[in-house]
Amino acid sequence: MSERLPFLFELGVEEIPHWMITPALAELEKLFAAFLEENRLGCGAVRLDATPRRLVLRADGIEPRQQDREEVVMGPPKSAGPGAAMGFAKKNGVAVEDLGTETTAKGEYFALRRTVTGKATKELLSAALPALIARIPWPKAMYWTGKDGVRFIRPIRWVACLLGDQIVEFEGAGIRSGALSCGHRRMGSCEIAFDHTNYEERLKKNGVILSAAERKNRIESGIKKVLKGTGYTLVADAALLDDLVYLTEFPTPILGSFDPKFLDLPREVLTTVMRHHQRYFTLSAADGSMAPAFVAVMNIKGDRLGYVRKGNERVLEARFNDARFFWEFDQQKPIATRVDGLKSVTFQARLGSYHDKAGRMKELAASLAQKLGADEAACVRAAELAKCDLTTEMVKELTELQGVMGGLYARSQGEPEEVAQAIYSHYLPQSMEDPIPPTLTGQVVSLADKLDTLTACFSIGMIPSGSKDPFALRRAAQGVVKILVEGRLALSFDGLPKELSDFLWDRVRYYFRDIRNFRYDEINAVLAASPANLVDCEDRLFALRMVRQTENFEPLAGSFKRISNILKQAGLRAGDVRIDLLEHEAEKTLYDEVEQLQPQVQACIASRDYIRALQMIATLRPAVDRFFDDVLVNAPDPGVRANRLSLLGLILNAFSSVADFSEIVTESTSESSNPSSQN
Amino acid sequence: MDSYQDTLFKLKKFWAGRGCVIQEPYDVEVGAGTMCPETFLRVLGPKPYNVAYVQPSRRPADGRYGENPNRLYKHSQLQVILKPAPANVMDLYLESLEAIGINLSQHDLKFEEDNWESPTLGAWGIGWQVMLDGLEITQFTYFQQCGGVDLDLVPSELTYGLERLTAFLQDRKSVYDIEWVKGVSYGDVRFREEQQFSVYNFEMADTAMLWQLLDIHEKESQRLIDAYHAIDAETGLHDKKRFPLLAAYDHVLKCSHTFNLLDARGAISVTERVGVIGRVRRLAVGTAMAWCDQQRLLATEVAA
Repeated sequence: MSERLPFLFELGVEEIPHWMITPALAELEKLFAAFLEENRLGCGAVRLDATPRRLVLRADGIEPRQQDREEVVMGPPKSAGPGAAMGFAKKNGVAVEDLGTETTAKGEYFALRRTVTGKATKELLSAALPALIARIPWPKAMYWTGKDGVRFIRPIRWVACLLGDQIVEFEGAGIRSGALSCGHRRMGSCEIAFDHTNYEERLKKNGVILSAAERKNRIESGIKKVLKGTGYTLVADAALLDDLVYLTEFPTPILGSFDPKFLDLPREVLTTVMRHHQRYFTLSAADGSMAPAFVAVMNIKGDRLGYVRKGNERVLEARFNDARFFWEFDQQKPIATRVDGLKSVTFQARLGSYHDKAGRMKELAASLAQKLGADEAACVRAAELAKCDLTTEMVKELTELQGVMGGLYARSQGEPEEVAQAIYSHYLPQSMEDPIPPTLTGQVVSLADKLDTLTACFSIGMIPSGSKDPFALRRAAQGVVKILVEGRLALSFDGLPKELSDFLWDRVRYYFRDIRNFRYDEINAVLAASPANLVDCEDRLFALRMVRQTENFEPLAGSFKRISNILKQAGLRAGDVRIDLLEHEAEKTLYDEVEQLQPQVQACIASRDYIRALQMIATLRPAVDRFFDDVLVNAPDPGVRANRLSLLGLILNAFSSVADFSEIVTESTSESSNPSSQN
Repeated sequence: MDSYQDTLFKLKKFWAGRGCVIQEPYDVEVGAGTMCPETFLRVLGPKPYNVAYVQPSRRPADGRYGENPNRLYKHSQLQVILKPAPANVMDLYLESLEAIGINLSQHDLKFEEDNWESPTLGAWGIGWQVMLDGLEITQFTYFQQCGGVDLDLVPSELTYGLERLTAFLQDRKSVYDIEWVKGVSYGDVRFREEQQFSVYNFEMADTAMLWQLLDIHEKESQRLIDAYHAIDAETGLHDKKRFPLLAAYDHVLKCSHTFNLLDARGAISVTERVGVIGRVRRLAVGTAMAWCDQQRLLATEVAA
């Protein structure tokens, strides 16, 4: 077999939005793997890289051509005679003598065995690549060569494609593939010749660092360098770092500073302007306060003359001046006088304005405060003012500060701290990584906001389905769950419409499984025992996880599963156990233990000591095991049999109220095929 | 150092050298250069067209009485339309920056995703904001749709924010300190205008009258659009080809500006807002459709 060939494919595109690049690379990898598989081509390691202007796929070695393969073409049955054979031979362009026969279950057939010559990989690639490129999915594609032209994320401007030392030729979107790459917009040539061995090096000479990991490194080490001796430390920001890696081809950090007079603006405002609007890293001074400086990341090698630093500093100052203007302007109209202004801010066309929403939130906050023992007056006041910052200039400009600004304005305008803090944090948690509001009042207002959104949207049939969730109701529901669990708020879902409570329970499962790493069978077991609320639910899960690790628990859970199956199979309703019908020593012992244990377990459950309750239940294991070893449930005497079933029913009822153990998947339950056959 | 007007001249000359028609500003109030017929109508249909012009753009709500160093009621845009967008449009754009004295090897340039959309015009495109040392200096857009119509040829639109760009070039913290021409500042030329129109737009504009104007211009525009469609293409071909759709569009622009004034005056509630935007869009889309139709008629004439 001939030697495998290195392959390189570089798609040159005008600046791709940074956040789309990583997912696009993953798709490209999948599409290429599918191409290889479909064409039965062997291939060494595949490597993907990207900058804002290029997607690159390289393969260590692809077979230069498909292997030849033997193919059998089945013809007519032999019984059809020589005429049919001749027709078949003619159709396939061979002589009758070349035909063989094949025997199948249906009889003997004429057949043609022939060798299909494999195609050259280069031709296969030429034919496949245009369609492969077009199949990379993008969140929002465009056309640029005209109305019916190719669609892609941004215009494709060049394609370099080499297999071995040959160009894989194809054409698409008015571009012919070639052997030249293109460098950095200002630091490189746009006609770079290269081969497989020097590709990255040639790019680097032309101002492009191909590897994202290397760009990241360069940013990180560059930041260390510029901060050296300043006494400032970086406020780490992994998301920003990733953005910058894919916004640059040759990243270089620089240090800039701003007038310390701006430090009297709220830190949240300064951070948002720097982080979200200018993509700067923020810095801390030695005492932990915000430093009057920032790190910007350029897309060039250096700033010897300081122009870039100066430019960025000037932009930042202008933005801070704007922010100061908003801060002072907004204060002229206190947050408490902005309630009426919410009438002209639409929440949702059919659900009215934010004024309407705030009214509903107030009522909900009052009732939640009563149920949860929160400061009702503070909760109601915070709910009333929570949305008022939507009418401020600052929030119109920096929308990500909604809530936060309301809290800051409320504080500086003399609202009680409890109220200000609750307004400040009521959008939390916006993601599962976010903390919940730190105070009970904040938690109540956040719940009131989210539950109102959920109830209102569900009431007009806006229920998320599949990937469609325009109002981010899943996130709202997840927030509710997280607040209830982590705030340890014993609120039941009773009284909510069934669709909504089902939706919430679904989020509960997600939360405990994906965020808290409980096993799905543990969650099933606890939810089957209908916990009163999420605090109770978490306690039970926690107890179950603890006790599950002890030696008696899983075998006992296996026995419970068995009991549940036996009862299901018997189809009998378990009655009261009759002591006089207990014949066997083992069943007597079991009954005694159950009778003795039951009130103790109940007492533990009543005091929510689920760990103790489960530990006690686990002590039943020897008695249960002995019962199953020594006693035949299916006794010949129907009375005895019914009594034994009643005993099992008693056990199941008495000890399934913490969690339904029959839901627990254990090795024994997953292996036992038919438990009742042993009885 | 180049003055403000030097920079304008250089940019115009640069694009004139690339085959652009250099137009003068349109004389009806617009919120952005995109709204001028030289963009809005010219991008429709299959005819190539390259044009550049400075357009004073009025955004009443952005007024700050001349007191904010960076915000203006009326700012100037240099609008460049290249239809269809040439493959080297990015390079041309970078050259234009060099042409006004920006040495790109000493500055940081980034193209950050920013897709432009105008609900009032039924128009949208894909593109970037161009960041120079952290300052947004240009909006770069590949138009996809205009007046609700998919575009036959994809134009590139470059919109330079001239005050920002010049403040950057002249290293001024306030746009009012820009040197317009030697000895005359931007503030000398424009401060009173910013101040007085802020007073008018925010405090004194007669909203009842503005609502009336909105109705009047809407009616007139709609009347013309309807009249165009009422003409039979066979018997009235001549009338149809010379029909004043450009006048219909002027009234759309008047509506849009009146809407902006009402908005700045705080006279439009959010609920009404959606409705009024819808009214203006209906006219913009109506004009665009009729315009495309008229272009087809005119094209067949040439072909025949």
